[in-house]
Amino acid sequence: MSDSAAYGAVMARRAEILRRSTGIDYESFRRGRFAFDYESLMSSTGYSLEEARRIQAEVNVGSTPLLELRNLTGLVRSMARPGHGARLLVKDEAANPSGSFKARRSALSVHEAWRRGYPGVIAATSGNYGAAVASQAAARNLPCVIVQEVFDSRGVGQPEILEKTRACEAYGAEVIQLTVGPELFYVQLALLEETGYFNASLYTPFSVSGIETLGYEVAQDCRRVAGKDPDLVVITHAGGGNVTGTARGLRQAGCDRTLVVGASVDLKGLHMASDRDFNRKSFTTGHTGFGVPFATWPDRADVLFNAARPLRYLDRYYTVTQGEVFYVTEALAQLEGLERGPAGNTSLAVAVALARDLPAEAVVVVQETEYTGAGKHSTAQLTFARENGVEVRRGDPTENKPGQVIVIPERPEQIQAQASPLDELRRSYLRHAWQVSGGDLGQADRDFFPADLGASPEFVEKTLAALDAGGK
Amino acid sequence: MARAALAGNWVLVHRVVLPAGERAPSAPPETQAVPLEMRVKGFLVDAAASLGDTVTVRTLSGRHVAGRLVAVNPPIPPTFGSPVPELLDIGPELRRRVGGGGKEERP
Repeated sequence: MSDSAAYGAVMARRAEILRRSTGIDYESFRRGRFAFDYESLMSSTGYSLEEARRIQAEVNVGSTPLLELRNLTGLVRSMARPGHGARLLVKDEAANPSGSFKARRSALSVHEAWRRGYPGVIAATSGNYGAAVASQAAARNLPCVIVQEVFDSRGVGQPEILEKTRACEAYGAEVIQLTVGPELFYVQLALLEETGYFNASLYTPFSVSGIETLGYEVAQDCRRVAGKDPDLVVITHAGGGNVTGTARGLRQAGCDRTLVVGASVDLKGLHMASDRDFNRKSFTTGHTGFGVPFATWPDRADVLFNAARPLRYLDRYYTVTQGEVFYVTEALAQLEGLERGPAGNTSLAVAVALARDLPAEAVVVVQETEYTGAGKHSTAQLTFARENGVEVRRGDPTENKPGQVIVIPERPEQIQAQASPLDELRRSYLRHAWQVSGGDLGQADRDFFPADLGASPEFVEKTLAALDAGGK
Repeated sequence: MARAALAGNWVLVHRVVLPAGERAPSAPPETQAVPLEMRVKGFLVDAAASLGDTVTVRTLSGRHVAGRLVAVNPPIPPTFGSPVPELLDIGPELRRRVGGGGKEERP
């Protein structure tokens, strides 16, 4: 390999490659070591809600149906105290062109690449977003390269990601399939440099503005269907864009009293970049392996300042187990006649658990579904889990152990959402900032943290003072 | 599977991007110990080649990529797996619980 292509050499050119490939001068928004002007970044480079809706309509994205889950609501009420059991609605995002809400994110990124005359688009993603970028690139006849993390060192591929390879190629994209590791981003940077293509990152303002239409539609649809604003909107949380964009859309629709609830599959203990752990998980997104690190340090992304800032918007955060999500996926198919992909039903599992304790007048909106198919299906994932030495059995889901045992509940009453305290995530964010800066945080950063964490200035002051005192 | 390919055939090539020992410092030890590998599909540019040869392909985005030929017209791998007994009972159990669908409830 030439020296200029070595890992360190490419990473050293990161800022310049990102500036050229996104058209965004991120440095001009910088206000401190960590602080940046978030709202200016969003308003000056993203798209307004009206523009986003118009562009998405041009390419058949959005305006998905909000479906009433009558039988699941009935099931929830059969488990609830009298007068309890909220009404469950789901936004059927699988109806988008590429089969998930990611079509909304990619629509604006690909539009931006097209509008500014880039010769093609690149995205580094192993999930639905790759298929969404490939689909939108097809709709605008732009060449597309998707970089995925697919195999372990034995050459064994995760079924869900193999399906995404197939989908991207079906939409005419080139797919670079990599083995496990954190170098996905390095390969993407080298390709951006080689091709001059647009970086359709998940984390630009284009991507996050694209999701605001989803929050806005949830509000409008819910008012029409239920005659009121949603009490809770439950959102599967991984990289933070889904939470951020949806919450921003809800705010623009005037949903001031709606609680924004994040939901992730609990994969505690599995290292995301580990060659050994890679194929011991049955969910490739929507899990804590992304959800926690991206909440506690959003700027680990493939752009300088991540437009997805989940702690700004989350009111609550819950986790569920893989087995609980598989159970709810089965329930959605068998009680509602809606066969959808398991990863997209993470928020549904949390919604079922929370709805039980809410009054019957309350309305809970699950804001996405995703398509299903070979690989992206409970049977594919559980067959694969067994082949990789993971035990699958029915029982009490509290006995679930990520990477070792998947427990499918025996009764719907066993589905429990575990509250994940947001203050712990906020403290972890501040600890990270404190450590990276060697304890030397400027005033601009201290002023930035409360808004970025959705916390009070007092909380930030107190936490930083404790770090200063403890020296760690 | 075919062991040889002609120009224009749809093939899979393999290449080591970073050898073990030159990987990202942030990779965990078990990942550092193995190379970063890449697989990509495209149309064979060389006139003819056999499995194991180093060849060039034209990818779907029009790039030319060199690598070791590992498959000709590779199968599409994901499947639905096998039926999972632990899931099969859930539907009937839930349907019994929610009721409805009985003759007495229909118009």
